[in-house]
Amino acid sequence: MAPTRREFLKMTGFSAAGLVLPFLPSLASAQAGTAGTVGSSPAVPGGLPALKAKRWAMTIEPRKCRPDCTDCIAACHLEHNVPDFKNPKDDIRWISLEKIGHVFPAEAHPRIPELIAELPLPILCNHCANPTCVRVCPTQATFKRADGIVMMDYHRCIGCRFCMAACPYGSRSMNYRDPRPFIGKINPAFPTRAKGVVEKCNFCEERLARGVLPACVIACKDKALGFGDLEDPRSGIRSILDKGLSLRRRPELGTLPQVYYIL
Amino acid sequence: MKLYNKKMVIAGLAVFLIAATFPLWYGRGKAVLPPDLKLDTPAIERLKEKRCVEPVAYMRTNHRSLLAAWRDDVVREGKRTYTATDGRIHPIALTGTCLGCHSNKKQFCDRCHDYSGAKPTCWSCHIIPEEVR
Repeated sequence: MAPTRREFLKMTGFSAAGLVLPFLPSLASAQAGTAGTVGSSPAVPGGLPALKAKRWAMTIEPRKCRPDCTDCIAACHLEHNVPDFKNPKDDIRWISLEKIGHVFPAEAHPRIPELIAELPLPILCNHCANPTCVRVCPTQATFKRADGIVMMDYHRCIGCRFCMAACPYGSRSMNYRDPRPFIGKINPAFPTRAKGVVEKCNFCEERLARGVLPACVIACKDKALGFGDLEDPRSGIRSILDKGLSLRRRPELGTLPQVYYIL
Repeated sequence: MKLYNKKMVIAGLAVFLIAATFPLWYGRGKAVLPPDLKLDTPAIERLKEKRCVEPVAYMRTNHRSLLAAWRDDVVREGKRTYTATDGRIHPIALTGTCLGCHSNKKQFCDRCHDYSGAKPTCWSCHIIPEEVR
């Protein structure tokens, strides 16, 4: 028996409601809220309380750097078992030094004082607020946490290197070989990576969870690196940023980098 | 009907049958002993009450799902402690917590994994303390 006009209209109405229901803001946010949030859990017995923030960010004041100092790189790479393949093409870099011509190509004109033109600037993952690498990752191995850290889940990385192509800062490195034999001294507290996995700086999220500041920040004797909560008006990095003009790398791309350079 | 090359065909069939059924009759009557897992590491000896994170029966069947849940808790959720069903709180760490007690990976993890033909890829990244020392 064919439905009456009234029954037909009822059916259409319920089907339309069923289609729209999952996209209603309250329900959608309840689902999305489970991914990428930093859950609170009881502190590890005997440890410091975890450092928490609304938005982690870093300030870099390269003019404070001592010439030829690589303390931040050494500390970071030792902490995170970063291999040294002895080949610049395959280098794994969580943090490294570059001249201004490569870091801020738009600002580097021929009349820049030599002091600044020759200054080595520490470069690392910018932990963008709008990260391109997260958008392109097909397995969601790279994701943005609620506190702004752009994190990698090495378990999920399939080595497609889309993120390397997407990152405008070259912050990501690929393990073309098994990195284990190329790690000078293995830190047992942090895993190594496997062949075919991309890696990058993680803002020392494993140290923040133990209540310790990032390794590069602690290693810098000249206090050139600052780290803190950008959303907290009383934080140290906010007072550094308040002093004057700060630069971010390639802001015109809209990635909203969260590493600020004070030159 | 005439069968050409009778000898060769029948011999070939016999060889094929023996080879194809080899796995069925070779191991018959011989039981492979289940692995003998060693629980005598110094860390376990020191424990007053010899208890894993969860009861032994649960760990034996479900350690894989527990470890997968731990992995997602730490990496995706930022949750670094595990509250066991008996209320004890453990830091979530494969190298630290699991191998902290089971420091004899070769006599504990590997024996059972070899026996059951499991090839977990944990150790391509996670560190076995006895190997780096």
